[in-house]
Order: sequence, then structure tokens, then C-alpha cells
Amino acid sequence: MLSIRNIVKQYAGHTALSGVSLEVTGGQIFGLLGPNGAGKTSLIRIINQITAPDSGEVYFGGEKLNQSHIGRIGYMPEERGLYKKMAIGEQIVYLARLKGLSHAEATRRIKYWFEKLEIESWWEKKVEELSKGMQQKAQFVATVLHEPDLIILDEPFSGFDPVNAELIKNEILELNQKGATILFSTHRMESVEELCNSIALIHQSHKILDGRVKDIRNSYRNNTYLIEYSGNRLEFNGSEPFEVLGDSATDEGRLLRLQLNATTSVNDVLQYLIPQVSVSRLQEIIPSVNEIFIQKVNQKS
Amino acid sequence: MDKVLLIIQREYLSRVRKKAFLITVFLVPALLLGMYAVMYLLYKNSSEMNTVHVVKVLDDSGVFAGKLHDKTSLKFKSLNEPLTSAKKGLKKNQDEIILLIPKNYEDPKAVQVLSENKPSISTANEIERQMNEIATNNKMVAAGIDTAKLKSISSDISISARQVTEEGEKDSNIGALYGIGVAGAIMIYLSLFIYGAQVMRGVIEEKTNRIIEVIVSSVKPFQLMLGKIIGVALVSLTQFILWIILSLAVSYIASKHFNAPQSPLLGLIEGLKGVPVGNIVAYFLFYFLTGFLLYSALFAAVGSAVDSETETQQFMFPITMPLLFTYIISVSFLAQNPDSTLGFWLSVIPFTAPVAMMVRVPFGVPDWQLYLSMGLMIVGFIFTTWVASRIYRVGILMYGKKASYSELAKWFFYKE
Repeated sequence: MLSIRNIVKQYAGHTALSGVSLEVTGGQIFGLLGPNGAGKTSLIRIINQITAPDSGEVYFGGEKLNQSHIGRIGYMPEERGLYKKMAIGEQIVYLARLKGLSHAEATRRIKYWFEKLEIESWWEKKVEELSKGMQQKAQFVATVLHEPDLIILDEPFSGFDPVNAELIKNEILELNQKGATILFSTHRMESVEELCNSIALIHQSHKILDGRVKDIRNSYRNNTYLIEYSGNRLEFNGSEPFEVLGDSATDEGRLLRLQLNATTSVNDVLQYLIPQVSVSRLQEIIPSVNEIFIQKVNQKS
Repeated sequence: MDKVLLIIQREYLSRVRKKAFLITVFLVPALLLGMYAVMYLLYKNSSEMNTVHVVKVLDDSGVFAGKLHDKTSLKFKSLNEPLTSAKKGLKKNQDEIILLIPKNYEDPKAVQVLSENKPSISTANEIERQMNEIATNNKMVAAGIDTAKLKSISSDISISARQVTEEGEKDSNIGALYGIGVAGAIMIYLSLFIYGAQVMRGVIEEKTNRIIEVIVSSVKPFQLMLGKIIGVALVSLTQFILWIILSLAVSYIASKHFNAPQSPLLGLIEGLKGVPVGNIVAYFLFYFLTGFLLYSALFAAVGSAVDSETETQQFMFPITMPLLFTYIISVSFLAQNPDSTLGFWLSVIPFTAPVAMMVRVPFGVPDWQLYLSMGLMIVGFIFTTWVASRIYRVGILMYGKKASYSELAKWFFYKE
């Protein structure tokens, strides 16, 4: 769907992207992560053909990215904006026509979306009369109106209250089910794990990690487990088949964090524990994307 | 191209629909109408000038009888009824005046004019003038001076300036030419500023609204800039054309309703006879349009480099300087020396030509200079548009960075 190959972008004084390559397969929800100033927006602008890379290429659906792809991409920038003095309906029609829709078709689709989001009464309203969250809803409609194959959302949930964030999230999922590929950048990790199939982590202009969320998390497993047990406090003397990371009391009983030795399995742990205490929970600790993110970024810097 | 048309359409409609636009469109004809109304009232006030006054003369001196001659608004008759009944008659007929000339008419305040209304100054002046002339004449005759000879001696010289052109000599009304030249220069100067600033404000608005990023993901920055500039240019042309049409309409209506024979417009047209008005209007539109394209591109670049209107000051200076400079020079110096070397240079350099050429055009400019100037205008606006668009495309995406001139230069040299 979208193939980014060796993109380099330099601005006077600093490098925004150095040799970044990414593959976004069709139908995915792809998360572009990275701390502020990492180069996410630069990359998104290149995909949107707002700026051109110094070197490297972008392929869209197998073709080299060109002006004919503009109508197949929908973009909602992080800093959102609409003309303040222009009526909402007219404004979205204008933006849709710039993307190549006819006047009649744009009007028809806006009616559909406004009904869906229950904002029909806004048509004649001016942007300055709407709250920030309301403006973002309108902007979201403008982004997806021309039914783009690729929807690029820069920080899509910032500024939404939880109810509207949920609403927009569901709309994104629905669009994705209908076949649209979604690329969004965010630093809200919980939404990444909930929504994204794949992610890429960009830090200081370099891509430092990418792949499917599941694979990435699995690759960061380090045989750490959490065990909740009740009974006497365990005594450890070094003969147990694991390394103890922590043992603490809770309201319910005690919590043990442990890491397996190279040769042992979870079953060995259970066999060791069961004669001594009653185990009520056993869970593998898989690092969250958030933890991986922080770990990776700190490693680098 | 379709997209540029869409942008032009939006820029045009969003401005034309504004109340401020309608107000300014109607304000100028309204002011004109007001001017007509004031003139009409003034004219009504001095209606004696046009209504015919009958002056009944009672001449005890016998010097003036029969010698006072009628004017369009003054008819002299000798009083052939008793004074008392004539005085009563004044009440009935307000246009009647009684002129009493005693024997000692040369004494101060001896001659009296009686009327129901105070006679207008012009009526009184006319009577006074005629009486003085007659009295002087009489005295000259009495002193043995031949009045016919005297008349032939006194001279009345008035200069008629004639311009020698290829078509032969023609009348040139220097005052009117000066007026037209300066008026054209002022109009161009003001409209370049007003509409150039509109382009700049539009760019800043899009930048601060952050809608710019959405739009440039659909169109190229150059298309957006071009669409905006052309859109605003059309707005300004609409305004000029509406002004001309409405002013003519107002003048027409005023001439019908106020029945003012001396319409200022008619008077103006009278004064413009011999001046190629059509040509001047055509040159005005050409120099306004090319000048606007040239300057508004620079205004757009300035708008793209700043985050708010208050920051524009530092960049406005070099843009406004040539305009202001030419304006001052034009009004003070060029209008008096339209064919000077300075005039030539100012009217061919694209940055100063729109204002300077407007001053020169009414006086007649050699064809080759006109073609040179117009050609350079076109080259000039293509050049500034190119320079401005290179700064613009980078500037619109730069937030929160205070741009300096060296920064702008860097932006100019950025690759795509």
C-alpha cells in the first residue's frame, strides 16, 4: 500500500529524517510513534506531498507517489484548522472539491456524515461559533469525505473529550473495516495497543523499531512472570528454578515477580511452588508498547 | 487548473459577500450622491441666479435709464406706477426688485434696492457693476476721453497651452492633466496597499488557522498563492467597476431629479475634453493589475513568514518604501516635470512604474517608453511571483519561528 524507502530530509541546521524506510500494508492500522521533534510530522508531510524528501522514494499502491494520489489520501494535521468565518457545510464542500469531488457528491456525503455524527444542525454555523471538540468533528468529516484509501491522522485524539474520542475511534475502526488503511501518529500508547496492527518508532530522525505490535511485544518478552499466592511467606535460598525480582504483600496475599532461568519453564516454577503455597494467579509480564517506547528512547539517548 | 479556479472562487466570494465590501461599494456613490445633494441645495439657495428677476428702475438722476441691459436672470424695466403701489406689488411677486436711483447717486448708500427677499449677492453685484460702468463711461465722455479708443487699448491676455503632437497641435489643459495624473497615482498607490494587505491578511489567516496544511495536502502552495492573488484582484476590479457604474448611475439620477445643470461630472468631462480618458482608464487598469500582481506576491511572502499581523512590520518596510517614495516624488515633482530623466526611470522600473506612469500618462508618454515600461511590468511581476512563491511554500509551514531576512534567503534556496 505505502512503501517508504530511505527517506532523507534535511532542514538548515538539522536532519529531520535520516534514511527512514517503512512498509505499510493495505488494510492496516499503522501507528507512527516517537517523541516530539522526532521527525513524524516531516514524514507525514512527505507522504502528503506537502514537502519533498531530499533523497529516497515513496511508493503508493505500487506507483511512485505523484499528484494523482492526492485524491486517494485524507490528511488531518495535528494542528487543526478551518476558516473561522466560513460556514461549516460550505467549507467542507470546498475542501472536498479541492480533493476532486463534485459539488453535488460532496454535499450528499456531508449530509450522510452529519447525520451519522448527529451534527446536521451545524451546516450554516461558522467555525468560530463551535467549540474546539466540535471543530475537530467537522475536520474529521472533511478528512474522510472523499473516501480516501489512505487516511493519515496526526494525533487524532488530542483535544477530544473521552466520549467524542471513543466516537472517533469507532469511526476510524469502521473505516478500516471498509478497507481504508490508516496511518496515525500519536504518543498516546494505550490507543496504540488498542488500535494498531503495526507500529514504527522514530527517534531523532531514525527509525529505531518497526513491525507488528504482537511481534514487537513478544520480542521484548524476557521470561518474567507474576505470581499471586497465599500461605506462608516463601523463603528463597538460591536453589529455586528462577530468579526472584520481588516479593511483596498485598491485601489478597503476596505477589512474586520472577524471571525464569535459561533452562527452566513455567511448569518447573509451578512444581516448585505448589507444595509450599497455594497459587491463585500466574501471568507472564509482556512489556507494553509504552514501556518499550520509553526503554528504546532512553537507550538511544 | 480546476483547483486554482476553485480557490479563486472561494477567495472572491468570501470577500465579496462580506458586509464591508458592500458598504465600501455603496459608500463611494453615496458620497457622490451626497455631494450632488449639497450642490443642489447650494444651487437652490442661490436660485436667484436662474430665476428671472424683474428690476423696476426709478431713476431720478436720469443717467442710467435705458442704459442698463438685460441679462439672462435680470430684466430691467422702468417703474411706471407710483412707488407705494409698486412696494405693495413686491409682496405678491417675490422676483421683483425695485431699484431706486436718487440724484445724488454717488453718495454712499444712496442707491437702494427694494425687494421682498434679500437679493442675492450676484444680483446686487451685477446691478452695481453695470451702474459703475455707465457712470464711469459718462465721466470719461465728460472728460473728453474717447471710450471706443480706450476699449481698444486695454488688453486682456489669456494663455492657451497647446501641445505639439504627431496629430498636430491640440489644446492641453494643464490643470486637468495634472489633476488626472495625481488622482490616478493616488488611486493606484492606495489600492495597491489596500488590496495587497488583503492578500497578506488572507495568508496569515490560513497560517494561524492551520488550515494551510490541509489545503497544501490537496493543492500546491503556488496554486494556493496564485488563486488567492487572482481572487483578490478580481474583488478589486469588481469594486472599481461597480464604483464606475454606480457613480455614473448616481450622476444620471442626480441630473434628472436635482435638475442641476452644472453637474460636477459634466463639468469634469468638459474639463477633460482633449484628454484621452479611455486610454488613461486602460493604462490605469493595466498598471493597477500588474502592480497588484507584483506587490501582492511580495505581500503574500511576508504573510507566510510571520505568525501574526503585528510581526509584519519589519518586512513591510522594504515593500512599502518604493511605493511611498514614488508617490511623494510623483505628486510633488513628477507632475510638474513629467518628461524628466527621473520620471523616465521611475516609470520603467517595475516597482515604481505603476504610480509614476499614472502621473505621466495624461501628459503623453512616447510609445517606446510605454511599451518598455509595460513589458518590464510583466517581467517584474513574474519575477516577484517566482521569488515570493519560493519563500511562501516554506514559510506557510513554519510555525513559531521568528523569521529574519537571512532565514527568508535560506527558504528561497530550499529544494522542493
